[in-house]
Amino acid sequence: MGKRIVIIGGGTGGTIVANLLARGLRTELRSGEVTVNMLSASEKHVYQPGFLYVAFGRMQDDEIIRDQRGLLDPLINLYVDPAVKIDTESQTVTAQSGRSFPYDYLVIATGSRIVPEEVPGLKEGAHWFYDLAGAKKLRKALKEFEGGRIVVSVGVPHKCPVAPLEVTFMLDDLFSQNGLKEKYELFYTYPIARVHVLEPVAQWAVKAFERRGIRYETFFNMKEVDPLKKQIHSEEGSTLDYDLLIAVPPHKGMPLIEESGLGADGWIPTDKHSLTMAGKENVFVVGDTTNIPISKAGSTAHFEADTVAESLICMIKEGCPGRRYDGKVFCFVETSLEEGTYVWFNYNTPPNPGEPSQMIHWFKLAYNRLYWLSARGIL
Amino acid sequence: MNLTIDKSVDARDSYCPGPLMELIRMMKSEPVGTVIEVLSSDQGSAKDIPEWIHKVGQEYLGAEEKDGFWSIVVKKVK
Ligand SMILES: Cc1cc2nc3c(=O)[nH]c(=O)nc-3n(C[C@H](O)[C@H](O)[C@H](O)COP(=O)(O)OP(=O)(O)OC[C@H]3O[C@@H](n4cnc5c(N)ncnc54)[C@H](O)[C@@H]3O)c2cc1C
Repeated sequence: MGKRIVIIGGGTGGTIVANLLARGLRTELRSGEVTVNMLSASEKHVYQPGFLYVAFGRMQDDEIIRDQRGLLDPLINLYVDPAVKIDTESQTVTAQSGRSFPYDYLVIATGSRIVPEEVPGLKEGAHWFYDLAGAKKLRKALKEFEGGRIVVSVGVPHKCPVAPLEVTFMLDDLFSQNGLKEKYELFYTYPIARVHVLEPVAQWAVKAFERRGIRYETFFNMKEVDPLKKQIHSEEGSTLDYDLLIAVPPHKGMPLIEESGLGADGWIPTDKHSLTMAGKENVFVVGDTTNIPISKAGSTAHFEADTVAESLICMIKEGCPGRRYDGKVFCFVETSLEEGTYVWFNYNTPPNPGEPSQMIHWFKLAYNRLYWLSARGIL
Repeated sequence: MNLTIDKSVDARDSYCPGPLMELIRMMKSEPVGTVIEVLSSDQGSAKDIPEWIHKVGQEYLGAEEKDGFWSIVVKKVK
């Protein structure tokens, strides 16, 4: 019998792994020496970074959603049938339909989800742009906003570490353009001692805050929201009044991971170089669902997917373990509605953001469309 | 330090989300009574982590410098 690869999750990481395998193992897939089965919870593929633009009315649903089947190489078998149990002893994944998928190699790329319910009152009191429904609701709230205090508050852990800064700068621009500059106040809060986790980004952002008159409080971890009084309280003991609360809710991994006993809160203990699950050489973990202390970002999932696909191809063709992941992450940072910068770093190289420019902002807008080529494994 | 560590977070060489974010994450999910050690190669966190622990009212058990990194230990008490 041929080698069976199962990929769970048809998001950024899983899709790139699948398409790279299709290219690297084309002969083996055609002859049946290798099969790749993908299980996904949805028949749609969603480009999540688009949510930020949806909130500002700058992208529409049909620009950020595609059919998953159409993104996958025809040699990949797609089952729209969510996994409900992973058994790494018997090397089998069970799907919701009851069907089981035995594997020789497994790739877990189930991503992460927001858990606003972890902060009492947050669901009732806050807006967010971390899912499509939330982004649309926020878009409406921004259209109706007539002034007052907007608080941007950040939960831990979360994906896309630069999104809280991006939304803050974009809001400031939006309201300035709408002639509300005198009527609103932006208040940004961040969980650690500086305004962003990456020190060079924090130094740069503080200057931008001061220039724009954006107030901020650091060491602010959301504890509770009182939607009636419109107040948010921090674990550290402070209270802020708000008229509009925009939160980046805390995240967890998928229930499947915890229910299968693979990792607390849905984060799988993963070797930071080989990207294999601790103790399992034939189980790879990609993207948000690892417990590696680096950014949960699409670019992380992308670079990890490159590594994992290469490792799998190498193991199947030559029986040797493949390449090591060096921790590479790349993030565009929108610094206004018209300008942006970017950061990249890896395990050994600290980030070093450059001067924001219009060109980088345009590049981000271009990438929003090029993403579909990334997912296909072309870019 | 001669302590029994229940959980250890190795955030060395991590620029993002960094040692304190990792500690905050773990503080949320572990039960009261857990002793957590954070390994960090970032000098800033050797200062920030104790300050944060103090601010949120958890118990700071101490820090030790090893070969180019810090081991910072905290007990979740509430
Ligand atoms: C508002 C916002 C802005 C962002 N901006 C950026 C940005 O500018 N740059 C950047 O790099 N990243 C950004 N990100 C982060 C990026 O979108 C994620 O980090 C990335 O999608 C993670 O990829 P993944 O493959 O790990 O998970 P996902 O892409 O989330 O895919 C997970 C897949 O698994 C499926 N799944 C879940 N459970 C199961 C199951 N039980 N069985 C089968 N399938 C399952 C899901 O349906 C989904 O298809 C942003 C995210 C948000 C929300």
